[in-house]
Amino acid sequence: MAVHDSAAPLTLRAPRRRYSEDIVRIVLLMAAFVSVVTTFAIIISLLRPAIEFFTEISPWEFFAGTTWTPLFLEGEFGVVPLLVGTLVITFWACLVAIPCGLGTAIFLSEYANPRVRAVLKPVLEVLAGIPTIVYGYFALTFFTPFLRDIGVQVEIFNVLAAGLVMGVMLIPLVASLSEDAMFAVPNELRDGGYALGATRRQVATRIVVPAATSGIVASFVLAISRGIGETMIVLIAAGQLAQISADPRVSLETMTAFIGATAQGDVPTGSIEYKTIFAVGLALFVITLAMNIVSIRLVRRFREVYE
Amino acid sequence: MRTALVIGLLAAVLASGCGGGGGGQTILADGSSTVGPFTTRAAESFKQENSGVDVTVGISGTGGGFERFCAGETDLSNASRPIEEDEQQLCADAGVEYVELPVANDALTVVVNPANDWATCLTVEQLRSIWEPRSTVKSWRDVDASFPNEPLRLYGPGTDSGTFDYFTGEIVGEEGESRTDYQASEDDNVIVEGVSGDNGALGYFGFSYYEGNQDRVKAVEVDDGSGCIAPSAQAAQDGTYTPLSRPLFVYAKTSSLQRSEVAEFLRYMLDNGAEIAEQAQFVPATSEQLTDANARLDAAIGQ
Repeated sequence: MAVHDSAAPLTLRAPRRRYSEDIVRIVLLMAAFVSVVTTFAIIISLLRPAIEFFTEISPWEFFAGTTWTPLFLEGEFGVVPLLVGTLVITFWACLVAIPCGLGTAIFLSEYANPRVRAVLKPVLEVLAGIPTIVYGYFALTFFTPFLRDIGVQVEIFNVLAAGLVMGVMLIPLVASLSEDAMFAVPNELRDGGYALGATRRQVATRIVVPAATSGIVASFVLAISRGIGETMIVLIAAGQLAQISADPRVSLETMTAFIGATAQGDVPTGSIEYKTIFAVGLALFVITLAMNIVSIRLVRRFREVYE
Repeated sequence: MRTALVIGLLAAVLASGCGGGGGGQTILADGSSTVGPFTTRAAESFKQENSGVDVTVGISGTGGGFERFCAGETDLSNASRPIEEDEQQLCADAGVEYVELPVANDALTVVVNPANDWATCLTVEQLRSIWEPRSTVKSWRDVDASFPNEPLRLYGPGTDSGTFDYFTGEIVGEEGESRTDYQASEDDNVIVEGVSGDNGALGYFGFSYYEGNQDRVKAVEVDDGSGCIAPSAQAAQDGTYTPLSRPLFVYAKTSSLQRSEVAEFLRYMLDNGAEIAEQAQFVPATSEQLTDANARLDAAIGQ
């Protein structure tokens, strides 16, 4: 606080209002606001055609139906095949992304010397920067023939290639978020472990990973969300055959692939086929929203607070 | 395609906004995505000789194109099938008169994998058994007992396509009636990709895509009861490739023909039809078709 016993007008408070500060504050606020406004705008734009859709097709038929042929004469609107397609492909992606991503993170954080790290980190970043359409064609024109060469009898469009390549795409996401979480674990904990005679592996798996669980789990959930929402890879490499199957060698259609493929065609605006796109989009939005809520809860539950 | 459509619509909005101003040098076309490339090719060469005339070509599909055409929004409508009765009614109600011009032909081509050495010729009956709704044909043996027990995997255009309408109409018997458990794609390249990657695959699309991919897929001969005919420009023109050869049309609004640039563009399109068809990889119209089209155009302009 200003001291009043001297005549000198020495004060910490600015003598006049700094408008430049206000401008900066407003600009930054608006930048933050863009994402909020966009989220609400997306919900509204999805809701209207989706509600119109559900006045024509009952939610029961949509969510419980097992035949998806909305674009054909006498079409059926059971979204279950798309849901199954989405989940099955995401499952195969996670089978690659979670072990490889977590392994990479542990290696980078606990084992790698600075020289190896200096090579591995940029490579991961390059992997993260590859456009998904490139991954899609990689899956279709390289990975599917490769699977056939090693004796896996896959169809030309198949779940396995799309899922595994999507998993590779997700490795950098899991690795970098998990590594951030492990990096934030205080060194005192590691030193304590070593002081008690623990090996490097014991420190990594029994001290660092448990301490960083909240961040690691968050990275998994984010990877799953990202996999569910991925469009280009599945559109190119998994085909558009809406069927229910657990066999990874056949073609399935995901929710995103349906939206992508249908929006590409000439569906008349306002028709039931057009509204179908929004209904599927809304379902997709709800799923990823639920995933994010779960993720936040998990993070809270497992958070370890130091200092 | 959606982007192209949006651009087309934007251009249309801009054009209609400016059209009142008096320029009137923009010709609006919309309709079939199969015929679209033909009109676009014609427009490109026409523009080289008549700078100042822009032709915007949308691809809303044959049906979508007629909807706009009959609402009076477009000058030309591309169609991969003749105008249907309810569409004629729509135009009549709106007072839109038009003339139908056959501009090119197409031989809808059934393709299989090059490794397929058994199905060189399929009858219409066999194709119907494969493609009819709720078809139980799962392997090539179900098609013909002499074929191997190779699983049959199907690829075809999506339901928005005029090609889908025409194929289902001619083969299954009812337009739009099709089995649904096949890989449907609006992008014909996906069909090429699928058929060339699967030994047991079968698909269909326009002849131009077959011509462009002869090294990757094999065309099947089609038997309509009078022998096996391979798809070709020749067979499509002389009408022996039945039932899958079809004429492609441009419909022109009669009132737009009073604008000299529209009339000139259509004359140019008919006069250079063979050349444009070749450049755009279409089967050219026959000379009878062109004579007929010219006569119709003259009559419509003279009105």
